[in-house]
Amino acid sequence: MKRFTLFNITSLTLGFAFLYVPILILIIFSFNASRLVTVWAGFSTKWYGKLLQNEAFLDAAWVTLKVGILSSCIATVLGTAAAMVMVRSGKFFGRTLFSGMIYAPLVMPEVITGLSLLLLFISLGVERGVMTIVLAHATFSMCYVSVVVSSRLVSFDQSLEEAALDLGCSQFDAFKSVTLPIIAPAVISGWLLAFTLSLDDLVIASFTTGPSATTLPIKIYSAVRLGVSPEINALSTLLIGAVTIGVITASLVTKRAAVHRKRHEEMARQAEG
Amino acid sequence: MRRAFIISIPYLWLVALFLIPFAIVFKLSLSDPAVAIPPYVPTLDLSTGWTGFKDFLSQLDMENFIWLTEDNLYWKAYLSSVKIAFFSTVFTLLIGFPIAYGMAQAPKEWQATLMMLIILPFWTSFLIRVYAWMGILSNEGFLNQFLLWTGFISEPLQIINTNIAVYIGIVYTYLPFMVLPIYATLEKLDPSYLEAAEDLGCSRTSAFWSVTAPLSKPGVIAGCFLVFIPVVGEFVIPSLLGGSRTLMIGKVLWDEFFSNRDWPVASAVAVILLLILVIPIILFQKQQERAQEAES
Amino acid sequence: MSTDPFRPWEDPQATPLIRFENVTKRFGAFVAVDNLSLDIYEKEFFALLGASGCGKTTLMRMLAGFEKPTEGRITLNGVDIAPIPVNKRDINMMFQSYALFPHLTVADNIAFGLKRSDMPKAEIAGRVDEMLNLVQLSQFAKRKPHQISGGQRQRVALARSLARNPKVLLLDEPLAALDKKLRQETQFELMDIQGKLGTTFMIVTHDQEEAMTVASRVAVMNAGVIKQIATPDAIYERPNSAYVADFIGEVNLIDGKVTSGTEKSCKIIWQGGTITAQPRAKLAKGTEVRYAIRPEKVVISASKPEATNAIKGKVLDIAYLGNISTYHVETDSGQIIKAQLTNVRRLSQRSFAWEDPVWLSWTETAGIVLTE
Ligand SMILES: Nc1ncnc2c1ncn2[C@@H]1O[C@H](COP(=O)(O)OP(=O)(O)OP(=O)(O)O)[C@@H](O)[C@H]1O
Ligand SMILES: [Mg+2]
Repeated sequence: MKRFTLFNITSLTLGFAFLYVPILILIIFSFNASRLVTVWAGFSTKWYGKLLQNEAFLDAAWVTLKVGILSSCIATVLGTAAAMVMVRSGKFFGRTLFSGMIYAPLVMPEVITGLSLLLLFISLGVERGVMTIVLAHATFSMCYVSVVVSSRLVSFDQSLEEAALDLGCSQFDAFKSVTLPIIAPAVISGWLLAFTLSLDDLVIASFTTGPSATTLPIKIYSAVRLGVSPEINALSTLLIGAVTIGVITASLVTKRAAVHRKRHEEMARQAEG
Repeated sequence: MRRAFIISIPYLWLVALFLIPFAIVFKLSLSDPAVAIPPYVPTLDLSTGWTGFKDFLSQLDMENFIWLTEDNLYWKAYLSSVKIAFFSTVFTLLIGFPIAYGMAQAPKEWQATLMMLIILPFWTSFLIRVYAWMGILSNEGFLNQFLLWTGFISEPLQIINTNIAVYIGIVYTYLPFMVLPIYATLEKLDPSYLEAAEDLGCSRTSAFWSVTAPLSKPGVIAGCFLVFIPVVGEFVIPSLLGGSRTLMIGKVLWDEFFSNRDWPVASAVAVILLLILVIPIILFQKQQERAQEAES
Repeated sequence: MSTDPFRPWEDPQATPLIRFENVTKRFGAFVAVDNLSLDIYEKEFFALLGASGCGKTTLMRMLAGFEKPTEGRITLNGVDIAPIPVNKRDINMMFQSYALFPHLTVADNIAFGLKRSDMPKAEIAGRVDEMLNLVQLSQFAKRKPHQISGGQRQRVALARSLARNPKVLLLDEPLAALDKKLRQETQFELMDIQGKLGTTFMIVTHDQEEAMTVASRVAVMNAGVIKQIATPDAIYERPNSAYVADFIGEVNLIDGKVTSGTEKSCKIIWQGGTITAQPRAKLAKGTEVRYAIRPEKVVISASKPEATNAIKGKVLDIAYLGNISTYHVETDSGQIIKAQLTNVRRLSQRSFAWEDPVWLSWTETAGIVLTE
């Protein structure tokens, strides 16, 4: 049966060491007293203090957060609709094109997406700033949301929705009171994915932003190009910490929901038997 | 009616913000650079009507593409991007497969945790993960310090700003994209296939090669696409970890656009890049659709 | 067919091919197989029956080598097979899910095990053809498993596991996925193939009719223990316990007490009266027993019959099953006894209807007296 063999333990240990050691080093050296990031000179939290006084970083963080929340909400609505279309709509005119437009952005090099969107905004004469980044991010993240939600919709028993219609729900009502609650975990993880993709994006944001809006990745990139600095280490540590807490909380919540559901099913079965 | 409405919203959105922009890139790749805002000619002026449009068309030409073929910087960059993408895909597969395999073989109660450990870096900023390697690979970095300390080398190795650093960065950041799809197929693999193979006389190793490996192909293919295609156009990694001799087309495009402000040439670079990737992208789409159908 | 029937288990000289000697298998604290001993002889078609979760698959998997016994040992031809790994055992298994490799054609699936045997390469193709002929699938050799029907898949799995010419073939619910008609056809095919090859077959099934049809002997398992091993007719006619009697086919179980008896005959008193029966051994007066009688051995009549055992009742329910009908008759004392009648006449001309007063009767040898 399933068990750890020596080979598996070795490959997992080495693999996870490869994934985590660089991040750990980065975190450790964010607490280094020296400006040199490669020589340990005692524990200190001064870089965090410096960071919190750095207005430019704080502004950028605020812009990033705004962009992230707005774009991920738009992406979630559009991506869920796109998933419904992909899974439920059967054949329609231009389906292949549609599915191409869903899958291509997942792998499309960001430089191309960024450049093409910029040129669109310029030819439309739109002023570039927060809104243009939001539109750009919503566009590529909706595809990720759509993929996440479709994978749940595929395994979804359509007769549930039909039963709701049979019991007198309107189409929208059936979607809202039956389908949505069941696919909700996927929709939520889609939102989270869209949000982190937006927080993470450097290339597309660089193309589509204007002078008025600088996001955190743009800021980090311009600082990092000059070399390694403890302030960036501190900032990275904060971001990593936030993401870790977020991911762990999310997974605990979904795990609890799963346990709950299992218990309910168990009880239902016992009531039947 | 309702259905048409639900289809049309995401459809129109993607047409407007994904498809049409490509058309514009294509158009611009046929234009000429100019010192103006925006920095290219011609611009379409619809107020002059049909003649204006004809005028506009007549000014488009293939000049930028000819330029790309003449200057060997470009085709070298394309070639080297594809080469780097290919080899880093191979490396990512070689490292990622054993991890995915180990995860799929692990006891059930461990799998959720292992999965989380793979996903966590994937959620953590890409830029930060690349940055983490800058401190490790630099001349005074930890890797060199470590190697000096062990006595393997007597002088620091130049790793950062070379292609080796680029490979390390790519393998590191793209590893989850390889591991996750492979894990997904391995985890679904019916264990009775392996038992049947052993029952029919296979050793563990030969059961792996004759059953597990071929049956994990869909995951391997998906993983390879997810790594190869974006890496061809990768910008951040060559720009932060690579050196002046690292030629990657994503970086060329960026420089063309931001430093040289030659938008038409940048567009031509993008068009060619897209042409290189269009076949892998279509194959990827087909593969994903097949996988989804198999699921339902 | 030779004149003396195939009954090696009755021959004290015969050595069994497979022996389970006090085998116990635990998963953690859970005992899946409990101190079980079992002999299986060459050329047998041995069927394992039992409720879900009673340990049938576990028993087979130990024989195939996927699980190791926690205690006890299993021998094949007198040799302990514990140190022999799965892939070296002369035992092949046909999986419940068939486990046909989806990336290989039918022919390649069948050749899979041969390529890993010491068979010369040149002979493999011939052997594959032979196996394809055996299961009548020659024209499907080039198809992939998902391009053939469920019944055909089942036959490919059979051919694949037989190709290496194993000493023992294990079949774990091989026909469960087939519809009834196909299942019956396949049962005869299985028997035919087993007869032709002379391989020892061990089959697990949930379908007792199937076990009765194909097997030379049937074992009934419960909670990791074998309750009875016997030929199909013996296990049906002479179950050794109420569990087996109830598990195999339909049965009326009547609780009572022995009032008097000799070795040949005894009287049992129960709520509805007295029964005269033939016990297997002399039973002391006052022994609590269960009297088991199959519904088809109970005769139903309108007037009082001339029989050793007869009771009065009224028809409570009639279950029409096509070829037969089962009458649920409530006796005057309130018990329900089932009686079966073959439907020789059309439905409308049936002689008994609901609420009709009837007599039930049976002979002295019809039922059996069980003490456990
Ligand atoms: N690997 C295992 N770990 C823990 N318990 C197990 C394992 N395999 C089987 N069991 C338990 O052992 C018992 C017997 O299982 P087994 O599969 O032999 O039953 P079975 O008789 O084949 O049932 P079915 O007719 O449903 O196939 C079951 O209660 C099962 O839960
Ligand atoms: Mg079983």
